[in-house]
Amino acid sequence: MKKKSLMRSIAAAPHIFWAVLFIVLPLIIVGVYAFTDAEGNFSLANIAALTDYVPIFWLSLELSVIATAVCLVIGYPLAYIIAKSSPRAQKIFIMLLMLPMWTNLLIRTYSIMAILDDGGFLNTLLNTSFHIVGTKGAVIFGMVYDFLPYMVLPIYTCVSKIDKHMWEAASDLGCSPVKTMLKVIFPLSMSGIISGVTMVLVPSISTFYISQKLGGGTFELIGDTIERQFVTGALNVGAAISLVMMVLILISITVMNRFSEGDEGGIIV
Amino acid sequence: MKYASRIYLCLIFSVLYIPIFTLILFSFNVENSTAEFAGFSLRWYIELFNSPETFTALRNTLLLAVLSALLSTVIGTAAAEGIYKMRSRFIKGAITSVTNIPMMNPDIVTGMSMMLFFAAVMGIFKISDYNEIGFAAMLIAHTTFCLPYVILSVLPRINELGDSLSEAALDLGCTPVSAFFRVKLPNIMPGVISGMVMAFTLSLDDFVISYFVGPTNFQTLPLLIYSMTKKKVTPDMYALSTIIIVSVFILLIISNIRSGKRADENKRKRGAVK
Repeated sequence: MKKKSLMRSIAAAPHIFWAVLFIVLPLIIVGVYAFTDAEGNFSLANIAALTDYVPIFWLSLELSVIATAVCLVIGYPLAYIIAKSSPRAQKIFIMLLMLPMWTNLLIRTYSIMAILDDGGFLNTLLNTSFHIVGTKGAVIFGMVYDFLPYMVLPIYTCVSKIDKHMWEAASDLGCSPVKTMLKVIFPLSMSGIISGVTMVLVPSISTFYISQKLGGGTFELIGDTIERQFVTGALNVGAAISLVMMVLILISITVMNRFSEGDEGGIIV
Repeated sequence: MKYASRIYLCLIFSVLYIPIFTLILFSFNVENSTAEFAGFSLRWYIELFNSPETFTALRNTLLLAVLSALLSTVIGTAAAEGIYKMRSRFIKGAITSVTNIPMMNPDIVTGMSMMLFFAAVMGIFKISDYNEIGFAAMLIAHTTFCLPYVILSVLPRINELGDSLSEAALDLGCTPVSAFFRVKLPNIMPGVISGMVMAFTLSLDDFVISYFVGPTNFQTLPLLIYSMTKKKVTPDMYALSTIIIVSVFILLIISNIRSGKRADENKRKRGAVK
């Protein structure tokens, strides 16, 4: 019986082989690098050196959490309005939302920088001298701009699945529109919100391109730090930072998924 | 309320599109500037088409995207079938969690881990020049981060389809393999196709992982764009982006019209049955 059950799943064998070799093994190697020095001897120096990066980590967390919150505040009403429009309009809005996503992130970010820069398009057009690039606000704006669709799409998928009769039922039972929104619609779209939050938070906290371009070289985020270790060849420290970041992110995703158990609320449209 | 929501939509979409429209505008700039528009010209497009570097990068990007989409679709579809048939919930859960790691992990961590892995491979097989395994490394890396998306798009279809059709095929004398190819696969095809399309676009768009894994002799478009934005950018990069945006836009419109037509046809068919 056991043999038969093994045979049934033989189709998954190439994938399991692939996953062990190219997913699990590389992560183990990251772990090995994190706990060894440049000569390959066991060492805790890299882990101890992490304390130097605590302020950078807090800054990355601060910026990405603000960006995620802004995305949620802007994105929820947007997703809701789209979900409530006619099917034809819905299609067009979703297409309009996806189109920037299909444009490479590097190009979008660069274009924002060219607009907001000190001698950029906005300042030449208005003949002003706003200093925007190089501030925290510019980095947050870049994150929100680049990742907003990732927030809107899962929420939209979730909200558009909510039965229209929910509204009627809630108002029949005496709920005001605001209360219906807070007590019925919002909780029902929780799984969309959670996948939206993860899909914005993870790339924001680990970005290095946005902070390089829109931070104007004045900010270093955790992604920049890893990238710098990679460029300068300090791979052991880079591996240690990556390891810690991965563990933190996987833990928070697992915790968040506990809240929306059993519902795979549209990871991607 | 209706007006308020319309204004809101307009506002958000204009902010989303301002950078894209300025980019298109400046791709036609006569001067070498991305801040001051001096006049209309096609200068940067001509320069772009005369640069062999761009064409090599474009060819590399497409080659890599096609190969990694095909590879991840074959492995991923087989994996979805295998996972579906698994009895043990524990093994099922373990395999899906491991598969999803590249999807949940920040790209920078996946990129770093892949790079260290290939460095180790070079050490073991005594390869001194990374360019020798560079293309294989890129293909493996791209296939790996595409796999979870393929499985995620195929597995629900297989779950939905259930076993009855394949069992009927087996009863009628199909071997398990031909039952899969002749009965199951055609039925789950929409999931397989959408998984493949997603893998293709993910590979096309990837910068971070390619940045860590990419060898010097195999440059993709995002890597080229990155190296171009390191210096002060000339509008030829804008010209390149404009071409990409316009082609994506046309593709989206075509696919929308086609799916609209299909929906109409289905409606008509259903009407005829009634």
